[in-house]
Amino acid sequence: MIDVILLIFLMSLFYLSIANRLATYIKVLSVQGILLFIVAFYELKDINLLNLIFILLETIVFKAVAVPLFLKQVLERNKITREAEPYVPNFVSLLITTAIIVITIIISNNMEDVHLDKMFFVVALSTLFCGLYLIASRRKIITHVMGYVLIENGVFVLSLAVGSEMPMLVNLGIMLDIFASVLLLGVFLNKIGDVFKDVDVSNLTNLKDD
Amino acid sequence: MLLSYFICSILIGSFLFINRNKSLNYILIVAFVILQSGFTVYSCFQYNQTELLYFTFDSLGIIMLVTASLITIPAAYHSFVYIETSVEKTNKSRAVYFGALVFLITAVSGAYLANHIAVVWFFTEITTLSASALIYHHRNKLALEGTWKYIFICAISITLVFIGILFLSLSNYGNEDLSFKSLLEHVKSMNYEWLRMAFLFIFTGFTAKLGLFPMFTAGVDAKDKAPGPAAGLLSSIIMAMGFTAIFRTYILVVNSPIASWANTVIGIAALISIFISTVYMIKVKNIKRMMAYSSVEHMGIVMLGIAAGGIGYYASILHIVLHSLVKSSLFFQYNQLYEVYKTKNIYQIGNYFKYNPTGAIVILLAFISVTAMPPSGLFVSEFLIFRSLFESNNMLVLIVVLVLLSFIIWSFAKNVFKMLFIPVVEFDESQVKPINPMRSLSQFILLATAAYLGLNPPAIFVDLINSSISVLPH
Repeated sequence: MIDVILLIFLMSLFYLSIANRLATYIKVLSVQGILLFIVAFYELKDINLLNLIFILLETIVFKAVAVPLFLKQVLERNKITREAEPYVPNFVSLLITTAIIVITIIISNNMEDVHLDKMFFVVALSTLFCGLYLIASRRKIITHVMGYVLIENGVFVLSLAVGSEMPMLVNLGIMLDIFASVLLLGVFLNKIGDVFKDVDVSNLTNLKDD
Repeated sequence: MLLSYFICSILIGSFLFINRNKSLNYILIVAFVILQSGFTVYSCFQYNQTELLYFTFDSLGIIMLVTASLITIPAAYHSFVYIETSVEKTNKSRAVYFGALVFLITAVSGAYLANHIAVVWFFTEITTLSASALIYHHRNKLALEGTWKYIFICAISITLVFIGILFLSLSNYGNEDLSFKSLLEHVKSMNYEWLRMAFLFIFTGFTAKLGLFPMFTAGVDAKDKAPGPAAGLLSSIIMAMGFTAIFRTYILVVNSPIASWANTVIGIAALISIFISTVYMIKVKNIKRMMAYSSVEHMGIVMLGIAAGGIGYYASILHIVLHSLVKSSLFFQYNQLYEVYKTKNIYQIGNYFKYNPTGAIVILLAFISVTAMPPSGLFVSEFLIFRSLFESNNMLVLIVVLVLLSFIIWSFAKNVFKMLFIPVVEFDESQVKPINPMRSLSQFILLATAAYLGLNPPAIFVDLINSSISVLPH
């Protein structure tokens, strides 16, 4: 059952690589939040109830609702155009995402470990590298933030894999989520929107060595 | 006492943030400096004690804490001078600056003393937040760019470190305790593939703080845009924090079969960092970026000492301490340079001896120290690192590093001597205000301390360094 959910999560990565509009990115991140909620519920059934409720709340409220809503508000407030502007054509992005997932599967096959479900490892690491790729291949600053949220989702999947033994790590990961996403990116993304008129990475190249 | 230190610092920092009264702010800052010094003295008497379960006053922590507290005093003083002489000072920017300064130094002290990897991770995150408040001090477009880059790259790096911690817990499956002592006890029974991945992620993540390839770019932009005293702190105590974190993880790895692989990884990263800093130092025209890339180069040398082993372990810790003292003195002097010339461009700075002879002597002595020429203390540590590279049969690496360092010394010398001696064309001398030579006193003291610690180190200092490397294989 969990494997199916994780497979759907992996498919959302493919969809993310070819999506054209920023609104689609936000919807996919929201769907990923809901999938993570289901996975968290199944994986962490054995831990302390209070902790479990906290983690589930965080997944649903934060990942599925709050962050996508906040990103949508940033989009509207700064009048960012609908297109996600990639540096490479969407087909190349799809190929690279496929390559990332294949390489992760090969790496996970080399790691013989009874303690970690291979599916979790593949999904977590592919999400991480796809998030890094998303950051590197898109022109807009808001897509950098979305790539970071994707990396956070990947880290959450990985922490769920070890979470039943050490719930403290899952809590730490959530704290990282909240800290980094809201305080840092939220505060500064709006400031950047206020200062730079078109929210383009090429505006951030003034600190050069000349 | 540790708990009261943290509570008092948080209180002082919060009061600094919310209070806009100038004299109250300065009283609070003086109180914090006294608190920091008092805490450092206290910690020297608590050798190898553990407090609050997660903090141990071990030898490496004490060395770094004393260095940091030594640098805090001139940092607070120069911040005061900087804020008072800057044109666009407002009550809010002063409050935010000093509040962030207090939080930064407290978090760094906590990270030095932490004995649990998750606690180090947490304090590193706090330093990212406070450092970004410091970098954004001027609130203009360039500062925003520098702050955004710093926050973004540090956020990704912190996430990478967290993934590394997850892999570390996987490799240590069954034992819940992730403190360094417990990990070291269990290192023989760990799953080495996960330990490999864990070390890779933790090392890559902390290079953002240490200033090494691949994540050094955030630090360079940050030091360019931050105010002088803040950049001095970023360049000394934060880099030492990154080193402490990586060193404590390295202790685990070097006692396991993957030691030579880890040494190769560190050596490659260090070599690439020195190469990149050479390239940029030849090209750069902005004096703060030049000093920032010089920091990257020194961190590369430090990590080469770690990778080489033998006497290199001792030399790396010595080098970090001395480099913190010297580089911070350079950044503190930078503000006087900027006051005279109002520009950061090397082509528009010249004949500094005429306008501020004391400051020019500081820059000359700091240049001799940073390029590790005798009688600078850094000469001793770099020489020992080269010796360790030679003794570990890395002759090719040694030759490459020496060639690259020659380029660096040449470009650094070219720029510094131009700044000090050659008059610049079209410079309006009437605008230059005389600078009080007493402002250079702290830098002389820091440079002299660096020379003293390098050439004639007190026995207690040598013993502390030796005990912090005692768990490493010799």
